[in-house]
Amino acid sequence: MNAAVPAPRKLRLATTSLAGCFGCHMSFLDIDERLLDLVDLIEFDRSPLTDIKHCGPCDIGLIEGGLCNAENIHVLREFRRNCKVLIAMGACAVNGGLPAQRNHIDLGQCLQEVYLTQPGLVGGQVPNDPELPLPLDKVHPIHEVVRIDYFIPGCPPSGDAIWKFLTDLLKGRTPRLGHPLLHFD
Amino acid sequence: MELECLPFELESAPADAGTLRRVAIDPVSRVEGHGKVTLLLDAQDQVRQVRLHIVEFRGFEKFIQGRPYWEVPVMVQRLCGICPVSHHLAAAKALDHVVGADSLTPAAEKLRRLMHYGQILQSHALHFFHLSSPDMLFGFDSEVAKRNVVGVAAAYPDVAKQGVLLRKFGQEIIRFTAGKRVHGTGAVPGGVNRSLSGAEREGLLADIYQIVGWSRHAVQLVKRLHAANPDLYDNFGTFRSNILSLVGADGALDFYDGRLRVRDADGKIIVDNFEIKNYHELIREEVKPWSYMKFPFLAALGPREGWYKVGPLARVQNCDSIPTPLAEAERREFIDHGHGAMIHAPLAYHWARMIEMLHAAETIKDLLHDDDVSSDDLMRGGPRQRQGVGIIEAPRGTLIHDYRVGDDDLVSTCNLIVSTTHNNQPMNEAIRRVARRYLNGRELTEGLLNHIEVAIRAFDPCLSCATHALGKMPLQVELQDAAGQVLQRLSSTD
Ligand code: SF4
Repeated sequence: MNAAVPAPRKLRLATTSLAGCFGCHMSFLDIDERLLDLVDLIEFDRSPLTDIKHCGPCDIGLIEGGLCNAENIHVLREFRRNCKVLIAMGACAVNGGLPAQRNHIDLGQCLQEVYLTQPGLVGGQVPNDPELPLPLDKVHPIHEVVRIDYFIPGCPPSGDAIWKFLTDLLKGRTPRLGHPLLHFD
Repeated sequence: MELECLPFELESAPADAGTLRRVAIDPVSRVEGHGKVTLLLDAQDQVRQVRLHIVEFRGFEKFIQGRPYWEVPVMVQRLCGICPVSHHLAAAKALDHVVGADSLTPAAEKLRRLMHYGQILQSHALHFFHLSSPDMLFGFDSEVAKRNVVGVAAAYPDVAKQGVLLRKFGQEIIRFTAGKRVHGTGAVPGGVNRSLSGAEREGLLADIYQIVGWSRHAVQLVKRLHAANPDLYDNFGTFRSNILSLVGADGALDFYDGRLRVRDADGKIIVDNFEIKNYHELIREEVKPWSYMKFPFLAALGPREGWYKVGPLARVQNCDSIPTPLAEAERREFIDHGHGAMIHAPLAYHWARMIEMLHAAETIKDLLHDDDVSSDDLMRGGPRQRQGVGIIEAPRGTLIHDYRVGDDDLVSTCNLIVSTTHNNQPMNEAIRRVARRYLNGRELTEGLLNHIEVAIRAFDPCLSCATHALGKMPLQVELQDAAGQVLQRLSSTD
């Protein structure tokens, strides 16, 4: 290699989990030792892996999870404002996923059951502190609130799928997963 | 000592505290799930209130009602992507009783154990290397940009690489036994649906000795950290409490099955051989308005005295022995460190966790050598029952799943007490002590605030698991789509 060519700028990657289970982040780490190669090409911004609490200007944003409370929406908007390319990673982000199973349940009744009528409770009351973000009555997929550039299906998408997607993007190619990496379970 | 803090002392600021200043750590990072810490400070910068809030709701217990029971072990994994196997197995264990399989075939039990010990290995490696090690290797108030796994990879490439490969091996054990690394399907009520071929065992056995070796290195690394700064490691956020965990039939450490044992803060056994199906007689839960996570305590002792720690620090001290030789030798050394007293230091969780990781690696080695894991005798059944309780020691502590199933095969009730929930009060106590000791009267820098998070991380909380309820807040919010169209409007009066 010609030593005079400056190293290309590292791309900045931010990730977050909204109403997800962290399984998609686990799958991201399932790229295993390729993680150690990836850090030569990217640097992390806000992510559960770093202590950066707010997203700054980034090239790529990976979102796990759908929207279940007001705070999720603020975080999603922060990511959209800052990320050139925003990706819905996994079933929860794409369509609400398993947490959206609660969409057919009446919240008020659920509250009562969990915090008041369930046996073995002391001091039964519905938590209502202003520090707790207001839950949404339904869980929503993220594309209903902001524009999304790419969707990666799967619960979770495999580490190989996430790797293929990111390396395509890093090389400036249109990401293509192809049949073997595309699955929905 | 003036800096000592009594249990519950900083939980609620006194009503006459005047106008307090709020400082939030939001989100708590390098942990799994969603939480935040709020501090209230007075005009003299004295800390008056400290709380760890769990801010998310899932509603799992509710929407599992009405589902066919055989779906449950697959569904509940989506509570948590770091320890899906624990939920998968706790549910399967509960439902074993429902299908009348009060014991499993040897093959099924060993394959489930293999899956579970793979999970302990991967989760403990992840927690130590990817999430917590930066604090310990660089310092609690080191530079933010470096204080993460990428920084570790740059400064200590061997440590990072071993961490990544330890986790990978655990994930591979899970893939072979459950079919998928995250959210697999291996366990079914009554047994498992696959076994390992000879070739698969050979492949995994080729790596296991290296994995045991690296796990030993990890224990040595934590011991060196303790030895280099004993005052910090013994006293940071330390408070006394009871401990609770499962203990195997012979008093040995067991992550998959056993009975409950509780010790008081001095180490005296106060509950032993407790049958798990009666857990509701042992444990009550308190609700507080500022967190979605409940506060469990021992019914006999009440909410003030009855709270307890779970997880590695509890397990390693609660058992009488560890049934693999290398980990047992490490356990003895750990116990000796307490000089006859119980070790309550939050940072000692890391040491205990690495001992457990070593034990998981040794156990995986033994199970891979056992021909039962290649047997085809995988399922059992018997007379149908209406209820089942399953309990397991998840990486973070005791996990309880309890289901009732109707004659129509649909789940009618579900109750979950998740590992991290047991540690709710302990985590709050630890951060109050840290706040009082390190933050009082000082200008709150990022590095100082990270001290609070270091104390939370020691417990390896899984805040995603702990979010299965919902609340009603005195706020109003509108959800708009990208075009500014209102999708939903909510207020506290809805
Ligand atoms: S898509 Fe699946 S793995 Fe990803 S966050 Fe949702 S439940 Fe977890």
